[in-house]
Order: sequence, then C-alpha cells, then structure tokens
Amino acid sequence: MRVVVERVSKTFADRRGRDVVALSQVDFAVEPQEFVALLGPSGCGKSTLLNIIAGLLPVTSGQVYFEGEARPGRPTSATVFQEFALFPWRTVRANVEFGLEELGVSGIDRIERTRRYLDMTGLAGFEGKYPHQLSGGMRQRVGIARALAVEPAVLLLDEPFSALDAQTRTLMMDELLAIWERTRQSILYVTHNIQEAVFMADRVIVLSRRPGEVLDVVPIKLGRPRRESQQTEAVFVQAADRIWGMIKSQAQAALLEGEALSERGV
Amino acid sequence: MVVERLIVVDRTAFLRRPDYRTVRVLALVGLLMLWEAITRTGWVSSLFLPAPSGVLAEGYDMVRSGQLFVHLDASLARLAWGFGVGAATGISVGIAVGFFSLADAVVQPIIAATFPIPKIALLPLLILWLGIGEASKVAVVALGVFFPMAINTYAGVRQADPLLIRAAVSFGAGPWSIIRKVVVPSALPMVFAGLKLGAGIALLLLVAAEQIAADSGIGFLILQSGNLMETTKLMVGIVVLSLLGVLSHWALGGLERAVIRWRHT
Repeated sequence: MRVVVERVSKTFADRRGRDVVALSQVDFAVEPQEFVALLGPSGCGKSTLLNIIAGLLPVTSGQVYFEGEARPGRPTSATVFQEFALFPWRTVRANVEFGLEELGVSGIDRIERTRRYLDMTGLAGFEGKYPHQLSGGMRQRVGIARALAVEPAVLLLDEPFSALDAQTRTLMMDELLAIWERTRQSILYVTHNIQEAVFMADRVIVLSRRPGEVLDVVPIKLGRPRRESQQTEAVFVQAADRIWGMIKSQAQAALLEGEALSERGV
Repeated sequence: MVVERLIVVDRTAFLRRPDYRTVRVLALVGLLMLWEAITRTGWVSSLFLPAPSGVLAEGYDMVRSGQLFVHLDASLARLAWGFGVGAATGISVGIAVGFFSLADAVVQPIIAATFPIPKIALLPLLILWLGIGEASKVAVVALGVFFPMAINTYAGVRQADPLLIRAAVSFGAGPWSIIRKVVVPSALPMVFAGLKLGAGIALLLLVAAEQIAADSGIGFLILQSGNLMETTKLMVGIVVLSLLGVLSHWALGGLERAVIRWRHT
C-alpha cells in the first residue's frame, strides 16, 4: 500500500497559549517498496509528522491515508522509536512478540515469525535477555525486529540511530539497508543527518523549519545495493550539497533560538 | 630551584562506607547480653523486665501447650483477610483512578477526605455495623491497608512512561492491553512499596483492634498478660509481633525479587 500525506497541517498551543504552526500543508506519498527519508533541521516538525502517520497525534487539517490492496492482518504502520521504547519487563523475544500478540497472531505462526525477524536482525542467541542487559545497538535491533515482525504497510523510523555512537550507527545503517534489500519493506526514515538520508534513501523529502513545509523532494540516483564507497561519488556529494544549501540558514536560525519549543510539542 | 613532588592522594577516602558485617551481629547480640545481665544481677526485677532466656523458655512452653497457636492463628486469619481484601481493593482502585480520568475525578476527593482519619477511630462504628465478631477487626485492617495501597498504586500508574504507552498503542494495543502489559508492570515497584507499608499498618491496626475488642489474638494475649502481671508472656507476645513484622517484610521482599526480575539490581 502507498501512504499518502495530503495537505497536513498541525498547530500546537505553546505554554503561553499562543498557536505555533508545526506543519503547514505537507503533501507527499511513500510508494510500496520505497525508502524515503524525511529530513529537516531540529524543530521542523518531522517527528510530529511521523506521529501523525502512526496515528499517535491528531492532525489540525488535512489527512493521511493508505491506499492500495489491503492485506488482512497487516497493520498500516509500525514505529521504531529514537529512544527504543522497549518494554523493560519483557525479554528480547517477548518484546518482538508484542505487536504480534496485539494483532492476534498466535501459536506456531507467532513463534516462527518472531524467530525469522530475530534472525534477520542478528538477535539470535539474545532472545532470553532483558533490554537493560543489551548495548544500545542491540536494543535498537530489538526495536527494529519488533516493528518488522508485524509486517506493516510502512515502517516508520524516528531518528532510530541518533542515540547510538558513530561507529554503531554506521553499522546499523548498513544492516537496515541489507534488511530493506531483502524485504523491500517500504520505509519512512526521519533524520536530521544529511549524509544518512542521502546514503540510504531513494528520495529525500526536505522539510523547512517552523512552519514545517516541504522545501524540496530530492531523488537520489545512486545504485543499489548501497556501499560506503559511494559516499565519495559525485551524485552523492551533489545531493548532499544541494540539501545543505537549502537548510543551512534554517539550521543557523535554530541554533540561535535554542530549544525554545520541543519538536515533539506534546 | 627546589624540585617538589606532590603525590596525588585519594581525597574521597572518608566518604567510603564499608560494610561492618560483624558489628551488625555484635550490636544485636550485645544488647541481648546486656539485657540478660541486667535482669540476672537483679538490678531490675524480672517482674518488670524478664530476661531474654526467660522469655525464650516461656515461648517454648506456650508453643508446646498450644496456647500460643490459639492466639497466633486468630491473628494470622484476621491479618490475611484484612491485608488481602485491603490490598486487592487498593490496587484495583489505584489502577482505575490512575488510568481513567473520570474515576480520578470521582475517587480522588473522596480519598483525600477520608485518608487522614486514623482508622482505629472507626472501629466502634465498624463494630456497630458489622458486630463484635471477626468482620469488624478484618474491616479495620483492610481499611488501613487500602489507603497506602491505593495511593501507591495510583502514583505507580501515573509514573508509567508515556513513551512506552505510545509504543504499545502504535502496535495496536487498546486500553485493557495497555493496563495489563504496560501500566501494571510499570506500577509494580510502587505496588510492592505499598505492600510493605501496608503490612506494617496492618499489624498496628490488628493489635489495636484486638486490644479493644477481642478474646483471642496476639494483641489480646499482650493486654491480658499485662493485666495479670504476667510480664514474660507479655514479652513473648511482643517478640511474636516483631517476628511477624520481620517475616512479612522478608516474604514481600522475596516476592518482589521473584516478580520484578527485570530490575537492574
């Protein structure tokens, strides 16, 4: 199924009760099997948009819909959270099973699907561990496996690797790409990191700072499967430069303003 | 020029708190020995302060004659019922009030108004309503346990990480799933803190109720022994209460470790 975001606007009331426009008339779609990055400076409302698509926040106007062939037992979306959001009282296996439980998948089916996604994310051998016994990278693997296991129409990733150290992040990006190559699971990947977005995505949707509007949609014409060596190719460098040119002044403005308003806005 | 060498020393040494295990044991043993010595030398009459050895012997006799168990059984039954009913209702109300804002609006002011009442003051009323039998004593214990349980569970539920709740919702969880799979596990540490608090309050109210209106139970035993100047028996009752307190705390601690296996410590 394709995800369509149609003229979505979101307005929050800040602490003094004044209206703050977080998103304004945002329009785009994610096609089946596509890897789309949603990029913007901090405070552009990209996480807000992701939450709206996940059904975790109401829109002020506009709508989000999924269209295409509905497959029963498949949720429209599943989210991988920046802060992992694993259930500390559940083992790795039980965390991955959570979405399947809620979907009503039971018995041998649940066991097999859990097994498949534990293996795919490199968690075999860690099934019985609790989240606090794992490193950050391993925890986010659990987060990814939990979301993949429900086989959603679109996988939403909200800055999934920004809480990890630089080396782990690079490895995790490679693994996510490998998983995408295998499953062709459509992905909407929120990030503020230009290199990350260009390296991974088919298209990069660039959002402006408040009010968040689509500044541009940049197609990335890099071959697949992606390799780190491509980061020095002209196509990569040009795309990254073009995006940086668009958001540099906005990032500077964000820097001066500081953390005046939380991006989550809740 | 004189070359000096300034060696860096650990300046936090005095902050360290070593674990004096032997001192812990010696302190308790020392107190008992001092107590024994005071009564043995006749410095204090055993009518007012019986020696630990005497209390132990009396306790042994009461166990053999079965006299102790008559009282202990009566007390334990009241404790179990009162604690069970109070904890179960307290936890249920705490979850409902913590999760549903309508329940919060209805119950919160009622709890705020009734919580400060010393529960033992309600015993005469409870006796009027429920009779002089077991029900009134069970009820006063249950009331005493209910409030800390409800308040602690409520706090535990309110502390549940909103991110985890959102994550559960994103995977399709409805309100009952959220309560069962996110809210209750989140609140468990606070629930156990409440259970430990409640166990102490239960013991306190039980003894008070048994000293006001009962013809059995450890509280009754202590009161009656006092009236008859049977100080040794009285002391046996007090020792039994102390053991009950310690044992319930241990048992709850063990249960907590068994249930909350995911804790870091």
